[in-house]
Amino acid sequence: MAETDTPPVPVAAGDVVTLQSVSVAYGKNYALRDVTAGFKAGAVGLLGPNGAGKSTMIKSLLGFIVPTAGQLRVLGMDVATSPLEIRARIGYMPENDGHIPGMTAVAFVGYCGELAGLPPTDAIQRAHEVLYYVGLGEARYRTVETYSTGMKQRIKLAQALVHDPDLLFLDEPTNGMDPKGREEMLELIRDLGHNKGMNLILCSHLLPDVEYCCDHVVVMDKGRIAADGPITQLKGPAGRVFEVRAKSGHDRLVAACRAAGFECHETDEDVMRVFVPEGFGAQDLFKLATREGLQLRHLRPSLPTLEDVFARAVGEE
Amino acid sequence: MPIHDQGYRHFGGTREARGRGWLVIATAGLKSALAKRPVVFLLLVAWIPFAYQAIKFYLTTTFGQLQVLATTAQTFREFLEGQDTFIFFLTIYIGTGLIANDRRANALQIYLSKPLTRLEYVAGKATILAAFLLGVTWLPAVLLLAVQAMFAGNLAFIKANAFLFPAITVYAFVQVVLATSTMLALSSVSKSSRFVGIMYAGVVFFTDAIFGTLKFLMNSSFASLVSPTQSMAQIGDVIFRVPPRHDTPTALSLLVVAGIIGLCALVLERRIRGVEVVA
Repeated sequence: MAETDTPPVPVAAGDVVTLQSVSVAYGKNYALRDVTAGFKAGAVGLLGPNGAGKSTMIKSLLGFIVPTAGQLRVLGMDVATSPLEIRARIGYMPENDGHIPGMTAVAFVGYCGELAGLPPTDAIQRAHEVLYYVGLGEARYRTVETYSTGMKQRIKLAQALVHDPDLLFLDEPTNGMDPKGREEMLELIRDLGHNKGMNLILCSHLLPDVEYCCDHVVVMDKGRIAADGPITQLKGPAGRVFEVRAKSGHDRLVAACRAAGFECHETDEDVMRVFVPEGFGAQDLFKLATREGLQLRHLRPSLPTLEDVFARAVGEE
Repeated sequence: MPIHDQGYRHFGGTREARGRGWLVIATAGLKSALAKRPVVFLLLVAWIPFAYQAIKFYLTTTFGQLQVLATTAQTFREFLEGQDTFIFFLTIYIGTGLIANDRRANALQIYLSKPLTRLEYVAGKATILAAFLLGVTWLPAVLLLAVQAMFAGNLAFIKANAFLFPAITVYAFVQVVLATSTMLALSSVSKSSRFVGIMYAGVVFFTDAIFGTLKFLMNSSFASLVSPTQSMAQIGDVIFRVPPRHDTPTALSLLVVAGIIGLCALVLERRIRGVEVVA
C-alpha cells in the first residue's frame, strides 16, 4: 500500500461546501430557511445553539435529507446528482453512537474502509494505523460494545478517517467525553485540520471546541446563518471589550450603557462584557457610571472571544 | 525521527470500483454467521435429508427389487417441501438481526455515509440469508439430480424429466426470495431481533392457523390465499407438475406471493434511511 506524508492537493481554491438558498422542512417546521453559505477549505466550525439546524445541514450535505429547496455542493459536486461520488471522498463522524454490532474495533474500521472502497488488505492496514492515531491501538481487538463513551467517540473518528477522506464532517465530536478525553479529541481534530491538511467541518454548540480547532466559523441560529467568516476577523480588534462590575445598580448600568450605544452582554457571573465603539475607552465607562451615580468595582480590558461573536450573532443579551 | 511514525498518513493506493459494497456486506455477514456453532449445526442437520435420499438412490439403482422406491419428479418435490422446516429455523436464526441489530446500534448512518446505495445495503443483507437458504434447498436438490445420474450410470432420468432442473431452480429461488424479503422487512421495523423472530413465527403460524380454520368452515381450501406458506405450496405443485393441493387458482397464489414481496420492498424502501425524520 502506498502511503504518503504529504497533504493532498487542496480541492479548490474556493469553498469546499456551498449551500445556495437551501431550505429543509420537517412537516411545517423549517430546520433550514433559505440558507446560502460557503465553507472554506481548512478547519471550519459550524456553531449554533441546540436546534439551530447544524445537524440538519450536515445530514443534508450527506444526502440523508432531501432539501425542500436549494442546491448543495460538496467538493464541487452536486449532492442531488453525485451523492456516491461525494460520500467516497468524505468522512462522517455522527453525533450519536454508531457501530456494527459484534465486531472488534479493528474489524469494524477495516470493514468501513472496505465499504468506502479500499481493497481489503489496505483497509485492514489502515484500520490498525488510524486506531493507533486516535489512541485506541491497545484496545483494537476488543468489541466496540465493550467500549466506554469516550472510546466510542474515538472509534467513530477512526471509521470516518480510515479511507483518508478529503473532507470530514464531525458532528459534536466531544459529546459525553470526560475533560481529559475531550482535550485529546480536540488535539486530534486540531492536528488533522492544521498539520495533516484535512478539510473539516466541526459541528458543535461548544464555543471553546470550535475556537481551539478552527480558523473559520459559521454561526447558525433558528435555521439561518447568523454570522460567518474567519474567527479572528469576527472577534474584531483587541482593546474594545471591557469586563465591568458595579457595586450595585447592575441593571441601571446595563440600561445606561445601551442608551449610550454600547453593546452589553451579561455573563454567568455578575460581570458584564461591554463593547465600546471605536474612539471610546475605559474613561467613557467611568464617566457613564459617575453620571448614573454608580460605583464600579471592576473594570478590566479584555480580549474579544468567540463567545462574544456568538452572543452578538444570535442576539443573546 | 521515529523509526515508525504512528501518526496519521494519507492513503496513496488505488481504490476499488464502486458497486461492490453489497459484496463486502455479504462476505462479512456470511463469515460472521458461519462462526456461530448453532448455524453450522443447523446446516449439517439440514443436509441429513440429502444423505438419506442419496442412500435411497443408491439402493434403488443397485437393487432391482426396490423399484417401489424408485426416483420420480415427486421425490424432488417432497424433498424440497421437507426442507421447509430448515428454511424456517435458518431464516429466524440468521435473518432476525440482519437489519434490526444495525438499527439498534445506529449502524445505518455509518453504512449510508459510505459510497453505498440503500439498494446495495439491502442486497448485501439479503445475500447473507439467501445464500444459506439456497444452500439447504437449491444446492442439495441439484446435487441430488447429479447423484441420481451418477448412481444410475446414465442420464435417462434427467432426460425424461428435463423440467426438473428449471423447476428446482425456479421453486427454490421464489421460496428463498419470499422468505428473505419477509424477514428483511420485519427486521427493518424493529430494533429487537427477538421481537422480529416472534413476528416472523407469528406470521407463519397465524396465517396457517387462519387457513386451517377457514378450510374447515368453508369446506374448501380456497382460503390458502391467506397463508404465504400454503400459497407457496400451491405454486410448488404446479412448478413440479403434480396435482395442485388447493382449490385456489395458481395465478392468485402467485399474485399473493408477488404482493408480499412487493409489500416487503415498500417497507424496506421506507425503513432503510440514514436518518429517521419525525415530522
